[in-house]
Amino acid sequence: MLETLQFYFSYPFVRYAFIVGVLVALCSSLLGVTLVLKRFSYIGDGLSHVAFGAMAIASVLKLTNNMVLILPITIISAVLLLRGGQNKKINGDAAIAMISVGSLAVGYLLMNLFSTSPNLSGDICSTLFGSTSILTLTKQEVYLCMVLSVVVLIVFVVFYHKIFAVTFDENFAKSNGINTGVYNLLIAIMIALVIVLAMNLVGSLLISALVIFPALSAMRMFHNFKAVTICSAILSVVCAAFGIVVSILASTPVGATIVAVDIAAFAISCICGKVMGSR
Amino acid sequence: MALITGNDLSLGYDGQEIIKHLNFQVNAGDYVCIVGENGSGKSTLMKTILHLQPALAGEIVYGDNLAKNEIGYLPQQTLVQRDFPASVREIVLSGCQGSMGLRPFYGKKEKQKARQAMEDMGILDLEKRCYRELSGGQQQRVLLARALCATRKVLFLDEPVTGLDPNATEEMYQLILDLNKKGTTILMISHDIEAAVHYASHILHIGEELFYGTKQDYVQSSLGKRYLKKEA
Repeated sequence: MLETLQFYFSYPFVRYAFIVGVLVALCSSLLGVTLVLKRFSYIGDGLSHVAFGAMAIASVLKLTNNMVLILPITIISAVLLLRGGQNKKINGDAAIAMISVGSLAVGYLLMNLFSTSPNLSGDICSTLFGSTSILTLTKQEVYLCMVLSVVVLIVFVVFYHKIFAVTFDENFAKSNGINTGVYNLLIAIMIALVIVLAMNLVGSLLISALVIFPALSAMRMFHNFKAVTICSAILSVVCAAFGIVVSILASTPVGATIVAVDIAAFAISCICGKVMGSR
Repeated sequence: MALITGNDLSLGYDGQEIIKHLNFQVNAGDYVCIVGENGSGKSTLMKTILHLQPALAGEIVYGDNLAKNEIGYLPQQTLVQRDFPASVREIVLSGCQGSMGLRPFYGKKEKQKARQAMEDMGILDLEKRCYRELSGGQQQRVLLARALCATRKVLFLDEPVTGLDPNATEEMYQLILDLNKKGTTILMISHDIEAAVHYASHILHIGEELFYGTKQDYVQSSLGKRYLKKEA
């Protein structure tokens, strides 16, 4: 078994996939805690569909670097969605549902109308479930991913206490002179970045799992914000690493395997939480 | 100069006025209770004074060198908070954020302040406990301690005793009164008109009729008499 692993890890693309996978898992789990607590669990799902739509547009336009289009579109949608939470005419959850299915449909339609490859359903399947794209990352993409992950990490650590204050009680923070709008914007931009990065890893249908499962698992076991955040990060990284290794050994799809491991971790956390709670 | 002055205020949301031509002056050391029927705009008034939402007309002036971030606010509990995984210490410390600017981490000064606030509220032994596992009264003390971290000049309390049992209610009122005696100005929204006239120095009644004055004047006024009778 170790030999098989060694054999696979001698290929650079496998190492890249591993690095990117772990980094994306780390970032998404950190933000996941805030999103789950702010009742925005579904925003990851909505944004990933937006990213899918943007990707379809990029491939129709035959852009060589589709990130140029996907990143800004996703960021703008994130900002609009998080702001929409306060809009009274369309509720936050309805807006997410609308944008999410809308862009999924438009994306698929575009790809169908302007099909560029002979294997359309295969292409779409891999964008939705990320079955192969993580193994075809170029060196540049890996560097971009590393840089963005590090930026997200630094921003999160530096503004950790502010993010806590804004998440726990926005009105109090505002009355205290904290510019909550800026921090909400910051959270929106970071989540959009993470989603776009994560698309390569698990595909756009499964991103929500990376965002919410580690946070929910951690909340089962721990009862303060710092412990929940740290536990969520560790769980997510371990699950992602484990999932990638399993998917290599058993040659299963990467994204789905990681999510399956996350689900298992959630079940274990529930049991741990019960046992710890009954002491 | 008064600590907080409201000049000819009109309040409301979505362009609809609910309060018109409201004038009041809160001086340092006052204990003001804001009373009125449900939906009369008590919370709206408080949010306007806190600059969380704009007034439709008129203005709020802070005097006596009261800065915008020198305000301790005890909002009503939100759904988000009820199952929030946070320790008491984390929440109380977050009250210091307003005075920290862009500095990312808490220093000795903030930790000392938080400790003092927890001690004053009698929750120092709960420091490491999880917020959502506390009783309603304990939770309110935590939020009050957080407000104290922001300032000891003025406290804004939005129905601080809602959902508390009689004992916890009594304790909460006592804590607030003690703070007032030590010099903290109190502005409190209250449903409990009896407690309001018992503890407050001034009453601000909003609704169809407006009243602002000392509690003695309020009890004598026709509006006060009517309202007190109705609630009793």
